[in-house]
Amino acid sequence: MTDVRGPHDPSGAPGPSAAPIGTTDTETYAAQLSVAARNPKRVELVVGACFILAILSVFVLGWIYTQRGNPQIEGAMLFVLFGGIGFGMAAWGKYLMPRGPFVEEREVLTSEADEQAFAETLKRGQVAIEGRRSFLLKLFLAASGLMGAILLFPLRSLTPAGASANGPFYKTEWKPGSLVVDESNNPVHYSTLDVGGSMTVFPYGYTDSEDDQTLLIRASLKPVAPPDQPEKLQWSPVGYLAFSKLCTHAGCPVGQYEAEYQKLLCPCHESTFNVLDACAVVFGPAPRPLPQLPLTLDSNGYLRALSSYGEPVGPGFWYRDAL
Amino acid sequence: MTLISGSNAPVGMRGKAAEAGKKAAAKQGRDLDERLGLASAGRWMLNYIFPDHWSFMLGEIALYSFIILLLTGVYLAFFFVDSAHEIIYHGSYVPLQGVKMSEAYASTLQISFNLRAGLVIRQMHHWAALIFIGAIGIHMCRIFFTGAFRKPREINWTIGLTLMILALLNGFFGYSLPDDLISGGGLRIFYSVFESIPFVGTWAMELLYGGPYPGTAVLSHFYVIHVFILPLVILGLLSAHLAIIMRQHHTQFPGKGATETNVVGTPMWPGYMAKSGGYFFMTMAVTALLGGLAQINPIWLFGPYDPIRISTFTQPDWYIGWLDGALRLWPNWETHFPGHIIANTFYPAVILPGIIFNILYAYPFLEAKLTGDKAYHNLLQRPRDVPGRTAFGAGFLAFFFVLLLGGSEDVIAVAFDTSVQSVVWVLRVGLFAIPPIVGAVAYLLCKELSAVPSAGKRPLANVIVRSVDGGYAATPVELHPLEAEHHEELEPAPVGHVFVPEPEPQLVTAGVVSPASAAERTDRGPAPATSAASAPVQSTSASDIPGVRQVSRQGTPGEPAPRSGRHLFFPRRSHGGEGPNGSNGDGAGTGPDSGSD
Repeated sequence: MTDVRGPHDPSGAPGPSAAPIGTTDTETYAAQLSVAARNPKRVELVVGACFILAILSVFVLGWIYTQRGNPQIEGAMLFVLFGGIGFGMAAWGKYLMPRGPFVEEREVLTSEADEQAFAETLKRGQVAIEGRRSFLLKLFLAASGLMGAILLFPLRSLTPAGASANGPFYKTEWKPGSLVVDESNNPVHYSTLDVGGSMTVFPYGYTDSEDDQTLLIRASLKPVAPPDQPEKLQWSPVGYLAFSKLCTHAGCPVGQYEAEYQKLLCPCHESTFNVLDACAVVFGPAPRPLPQLPLTLDSNGYLRALSSYGEPVGPGFWYRDAL
Repeated sequence: MTLISGSNAPVGMRGKAAEAGKKAAAKQGRDLDERLGLASAGRWMLNYIFPDHWSFMLGEIALYSFIILLLTGVYLAFFFVDSAHEIIYHGSYVPLQGVKMSEAYASTLQISFNLRAGLVIRQMHHWAALIFIGAIGIHMCRIFFTGAFRKPREINWTIGLTLMILALLNGFFGYSLPDDLISGGGLRIFYSVFESIPFVGTWAMELLYGGPYPGTAVLSHFYVIHVFILPLVILGLLSAHLAIIMRQHHTQFPGKGATETNVVGTPMWPGYMAKSGGYFFMTMAVTALLGGLAQINPIWLFGPYDPIRISTFTQPDWYIGWLDGALRLWPNWETHFPGHIIANTFYPAVILPGIIFNILYAYPFLEAKLTGDKAYHNLLQRPRDVPGRTAFGAGFLAFFFVLLLGGSEDVIAVAFDTSVQSVVWVLRVGLFAIPPIVGAVAYLLCKELSAVPSAGKRPLANVIVRSVDGGYAATPVELHPLEAEHHEELEPAPVGHVFVPEPEPQLVTAGVVSPASAAERTDRGPAPATSAASAPVQSTSASDIPGVRQVSRQGTPGEPAPRSGRHLFFPRRSHGGEGPNGSNGDGAGTGPDSGSD
């Protein structure tokens, strides 16, 4: 029974009637070979029609191809082609092939004799690592282990130079005095937004930057700050507030300003921030308020950063508080 | 009609040509056998028996959609450009002309609009990916609820689970490649989630993306992973999965003479090969129809990735949706240590799936430990016969679906004209309340079903006859001999393991009905049948099917079948001492002609 090639025929000799499964009785075998269909003629017609449809669809596909194609017809014709072949084959297999049922015995997967023989065979290698030769084995294992370590070397090469865990989000390009510009690098004047308006701004020259994108909101005509943080009043000249656009949850761009409720909404996981309360989290999975960028007006009435962000922007990571 | 008709083959020109062809084929076959020894292995292969049950098709669909993914993917790979380099689009899609976009996005537009059959192939690829993952999921449910993961198939369960995780991952990587507005949002979230892993997160993500987000090489890295590394791993594991199945043979449902020690069904050649090949083409056909007629991922409508334009209602593909739901439902906690934090996303998107997948990996071993069941199992169980497992699985699925709903909480809020807050709170409560309820209901349903002897059986139609003196008698109709075997398939006849408290049908010889089988028939019809009318039915289904060893169900005629004690959750096997492959199988499982080979 352990012969892999012929579990149901341990003698290995070819059976009398070309491999009957589970029986050597030729009469039974003949009954097993009869087709399953009650009305084979009708099935033959259906199967034939399926294959003919498949053949025809190839010509339609060829014609469509010369006509520069059409996705709908291509899809439909491929359906007829594959479906015709598939349905025909399945019907053929189900109704016009030996109906069986056939039975075979499962082979036994394990035997103690085999296991013992295997263990005996393994012992053949014993002589190679006996005595002081066991040291060779240790050396070999050490060399192989260290060989695995070189797999780590390319990791360093794949990492761009200068990048490290201390890189992301610690520093943005917002510096004290950075000119606030829109996505086309045009400076933003204090008359640009009406109350209730918002736009995405960048530090001058970094309009492609991901980390620097900042949402500029005109929340009011006068400076705005939460009552318990009066020092932030000077951060919002003429009611302009600027918050990092990177959600503190998963880094999505928090861009949806609902002026009516003075709320900011993240499009990904629906975190909600209160604009008037320095973007404190009102609801949702965001764990921290959006960092606020202090703003000021220069002598020409253009918005500039008063200073950089006071904290890393974006979602949390293991080393976030390390600096 | 039969295939053995060589003796009366037509003689003539065509007959001679056919003879010559046969001789040439035989010689070629002998040549190959002399060099490779193919005949013996080939015969084993052709004789390999697949049990017949529709649910076995689910794994096949997964396999075939993977082949479709490879075929369509190779075609797409010729034309896709894995570059984030930004260009100005001047292609044939007018609404986006003059727009700045990555080469990856532009090449996807090119495939969709300018390459012949490109759109069909691209959409087939996307649909096949969804079918692949969906089929794996349903296939796993089938394996789980029928107990197919039990010894000796635990290894294949873990391989299959790994395949599902890899399929999910590769689906995400492929979804990200076109660099459109929606997938770009997914890239951002993926980075944030895995950046949150303590110690290694930031380094791993910089490695993957080629620097801090957005990185310099994210598309080329993802491309290599998507088209080379993961497909190769999947292919390897898939081969192992299939090889182990072939080595251990398929499981099978009880009935139709199936025992723990045999396999009843269709051999590979010719029936199964035709049917299975047909299923492959039918899977292709459905995918092609979807690819041609059902639009999916129309990236030209989304536009290229530009964070300024991300709007609300961003929804991931459904197979990632449950993770997105976990992100949305998790409270806004963040753990602070001196100098370090564990970010919010770590819990719902790393820890939670970690726990879920580890439970699934461990399940076969946990259940074996809980039940003390160390026996080999080749016969499948009906879900209702194992209420504990079924309840657990149903609760697990309920948990999964609440998470999936969480991924769409904003859409739900709009649909029900309520606030996102209330939807989130309802789902947060539901996440813990619904699974136990679903599990309990499933458990009770299983118990109820087990208590109804005829549940799940196809009832026989009754012919009601009024006698001369005004009495009525219902007589079950006779089954057609070919339907008999299908009828038999529905019989809950756990051979060797009895855990349905029901008198087992006895072995019947033609014309004689044992008391037990007559009693069983009473359960089916409203009125007792005359035994003379029903006896041929039973005998046809039981003993006239050629080649099937008759199964003598346990016990002697007239005695009720032995019942095993019932464990609270998992029915304990009464045959715990059964050896590998049923050492006592000959006595319990096989019948009169068991010695025929």
